[in-house]
Amino acid sequence: MKLKLHIWRQKHAQDKGKMVTYEVDGIIEDMSFLEMLDVLNEKLIVNGEEPVAFDHDCREGICGACSLTINGIPHGFEKETTICQLHMRHFKDGDTIYIEPWRARAFPVIKDLVVDRAAFDRIMQAGGFVSAHTGGVPDANATPISKIDADKAMDYAACIGCGACVAACKNASAMLFVAAKVSQYAYLPQGQPERKKRVLNMVAQMDAEGFGGCTNQYECEAVCPKGISVAAIALMNRDFLKASLTDAS
Amino acid sequence: MSALVRFFQSTILSKVVMAGTGLVLVLFLLGHMIGNLQMHIGQEKMNVYAETLQHLGGVLWIIRSGLLLFLVLHIIASIRLKALNLSARPEAYAFKNTVKATLASRTMIWTGVMIALFLTYHLLHFTIKATNPQFGGLVDAVGRHDVYSMVVLGYQNVLISIVYIAAMVLLGYHLIHAIESMFQTLGINHPKYNSFIHRLSVTLSLVIVIGFISIPVGVLFGWIALPAGVVAL
Ligand code: HEM
Ligand code: SF4
Ligand code: FES
Repeated sequence: MKLKLHIWRQKHAQDKGKMVTYEVDGIIEDMSFLEMLDVLNEKLIVNGEEPVAFDHDCREGICGACSLTINGIPHGFEKETTICQLHMRHFKDGDTIYIEPWRARAFPVIKDLVVDRAAFDRIMQAGGFVSAHTGGVPDANATPISKIDADKAMDYAACIGCGACVAACKNASAMLFVAAKVSQYAYLPQGQPERKKRVLNMVAQMDAEGFGGCTNQYECEAVCPKGISVAAIALMNRDFLKASLTDAS
Repeated sequence: MSALVRFFQSTILSKVVMAGTGLVLVLFLLGHMIGNLQMHIGQEKMNVYAETLQHLGGVLWIIRSGLLLFLVLHIIASIRLKALNLSARPEAYAFKNTVKATLASRTMIWTGVMIALFLTYHLLHFTIKATNPQFGGLVDAVGRHDVYSMVVLGYQNVLISIVYIAAMVLLGYHLIHAIESMFQTLGINHPKYNSFIHRLSVTLSLVIVIGFISIPVGVLFGWIALPAGVVAL
């Protein structure tokens, strides 16, 4: 099939950048969206032009590297699907597609469709971990955890840190990501000793990075490739309020 | 004071301020609406109610200043958050799209501004009596301030009624997102209760809007009429 692409091109972080129009032909419906871009890039290289830079790694929906906004929707319109797992059979011949990077003050563009998501790393460094003893391996099942709680923790731990929630949010808010990373520990005994500090520090870092606030519109949940529920945000709000009122330090 | 500043610096705590003040304002609206429904019963009932409120004296002023404080906190938090949220995405998408954010949720600041403008007019009209002073000094047969007739005479002006009705529709639009959102902000989200919270939000918004609107509509249709002896000017 043949497609018309409007792609954000930006040489480097300081460049102003603009939308540029391309045509690609010979796209097969079994290709993934990223393979379609590979086809375009090969054509650009042959023509002596700069290929389009975009982030990707596993191409199987688990690493969180890929990050494209397709017609205004991060990861495209397929529910719970990363853009690397979106296949061209969902498009038809002659379609026009807008491809843009994640847009947020806290995610500055490095080049073309690649943004700097180090803000997420700094939020994780602020508290997205549990302290554990090193040395001997603990016995399996030494700490009992109910199946229900383990499942809830796993549901939140499924977050791959892609940042689509920020890109989709009308306020470029990182609440869904931070809430997933806070809530994954809230159901586990290992998460309890640092529970208050974790939520206070991670939220403070989130605010310091320049993300917007949550207005409960749930665009994040709608685009999240891992189906993280906004119930995580309510849980984080509750934990944060409790910790703000009771934390002594 | 420093605790207050800290509250407003955090995005989550600012939202808690919005939800907390919003909750008090919603409860006030519900009470105000139920009180006003006495317009449907008649002049006697309404004027006694108004007089009872006036006789609260100092307590009335405490309630009024409390409500004003909450409203001001609500507005400050909303403007600060809106400014922050706008600055969080300096470069807009060329192709804008929305998956499920409702129109009500995306127009909160505008419905809010309309409510603030309306509120100013409403206080000038019925509380300070600056816009229609000719209806302000009426007294009923036993010498009470005739609030009933003041309201009827006010709403007999079709333009004034339209302003009130339109403002209430916008208020309802604010509330339909606001009430549900308030639960999430305060950390209440549970699959067992979410559909109840949604229905509560819609029902409460409709009850408040329809309750308030029933009064100008009642006057326009003549269900709520001027008592004998009071003539329109
Ligand atoms: C009687 C008047 C009002 C009532 C009952 C009311 C109620 C509420 C409630 C309950 C919320 C939900 C808070 C939350 O999401 O947790 C809210 C949100 C909001 N209100 Fe009001 N409000 C009123 C007036 C105003 C005014 C005058 C403004 C002014 C500019 C305003 C602006 C906003 C905005 C922008 C939000 C959304 C905040 C957000 O989603 O982050 N409201 N309101
Ligand atoms: S919450 Fe979902 S959208 Fe946000 S970073 Fe995690 S996986 Fe991506
Ligand atoms: S490239 Fe790894 S999730 Fe898409």
